[in-house]
Amino acid sequence: MLRLMTLFALLLALAMPATAQEGTDASRAETGGAQTLEDILQRQENQAIDDSFRSDNTGNPEQAAPITDQLGTLGGSSDPDLWRAFRYSAADITTQDRGPATTTLIQDGGMWWLLFREGPLLQITAYLLGGTLLALALFYLIRGRIRIDGEKTGRTITRFKAFERFGHWLLASSFLLLGLTGLISLIGRKFLIPVFGHDTFSFLAIGSKWVHNNVSWAFIVALVIIFVVWVVHNIPDRTDLYWLSKAGGLLGGSHPPAKKFNAGQKLIFWAVIILGGSIAASGISLLFPFEFNMFGHTFSTLNSWGVPGWVGQADLPYPLQPHEEMQYAQLWHAIVSLVLTAIIFAHIYLGSVGMEGAFDAMGKGEVEEQWAREHHSIWAEEVLDTKSSKSEAT
Amino acid sequence: MKAFVVSLVALVVISVGANQILTRMGPSSAEAAVSEENVRLSD
Repeated sequence: MLRLMTLFALLLALAMPATAQEGTDASRAETGGAQTLEDILQRQENQAIDDSFRSDNTGNPEQAAPITDQLGTLGGSSDPDLWRAFRYSAADITTQDRGPATTTLIQDGGMWWLLFREGPLLQITAYLLGGTLLALALFYLIRGRIRIDGEKTGRTITRFKAFERFGHWLLASSFLLLGLTGLISLIGRKFLIPVFGHDTFSFLAIGSKWVHNNVSWAFIVALVIIFVVWVVHNIPDRTDLYWLSKAGGLLGGSHPPAKKFNAGQKLIFWAVIILGGSIAASGISLLFPFEFNMFGHTFSTLNSWGVPGWVGQADLPYPLQPHEEMQYAQLWHAIVSLVLTAIIFAHIYLGSVGMEGAFDAMGKGEVEEQWAREHHSIWAEEVLDTKSSKSEAT
Repeated sequence: MKAFVVSLVALVVISVGANQILTRMGPSSAEAAVSEENVRLSD
């Protein structure tokens, strides 16, 4: 009996979606084509609803009453039809303004962006940056400062030349300024206005925008410099696998051999180049609104390859309205920047308080010989061999 | 720290320079779409 009841319950459950679908169609007819109770319930549960009953309902001139008659319509479309057409960008709008987005009067498709930007994006910011800082603080408490194990020699070897350090500091200083002003733009409205008030925030936001827009060029120049100067030393090789298998000796034990850059530094280098390059590209797209559209074409290509289907998703939206291009660029710019900032937090930690002797590499350009032997043994041997062969020759 | 100081100077020069070039080069994205100068107020 129990089995029979279970089977009956299962069949009933399977039949439910079909019944619900029929129910929607039936109740749509009951509401004269307007939204139904099912639509309202689905929307309340944040489920996707098919709103074609509304978006397609933008007037049919053939069925409209003649405009010469009493109660005639505005040339075949009633006011609600017209507003719906505005809302879903289906209206035939002519303007004297020749801008790329001037015929979009209401952008209903941007609401999800606004809601995401005002809510989840701020949570992602807090969790990602706060979480990284917390993890680094915990790591410091557990592991402490990584000291030079052996006895210091008092001799130094040149780690970075002046131009390399210049490129690094240009990138670092521009990144810090961009990060700070970017955060003011991203979260200022929610967190700074309540503290400082509208007038002070207005001054801060206008200044941040100027700095962010213009310092971006220094960041791009520095990105090119460090790529050109360091790419040769950052090509992955066999030593990186061994270094990674030992977690770089971070968790204790001996220091695995490394060349000028170890696998961890190579990962940071490529993260900076790839993520930084992507941030720069999306930043240029935002700096010149509607001129460089990155997403519509990308989405179309990914759809043609069937990429969304690989992860069980529907096709990505295409074509995109001009505003949507900017909205995707803003989200991409912000999220990739946050990820890179979290990575850079770890880099700053290890390059300063986290490791004895590391800051000298970028500070003075010279590092303690023992530090070099421990952290970059292969590179140190090469440098010292060249040094000794030069002194022998003279 | 000489490289650091030079990089800060370069940052200011590049930023102000880029701003000046872009401002003078024109038209900006906004100006490309809207211009008060082209409005014909009379015959």
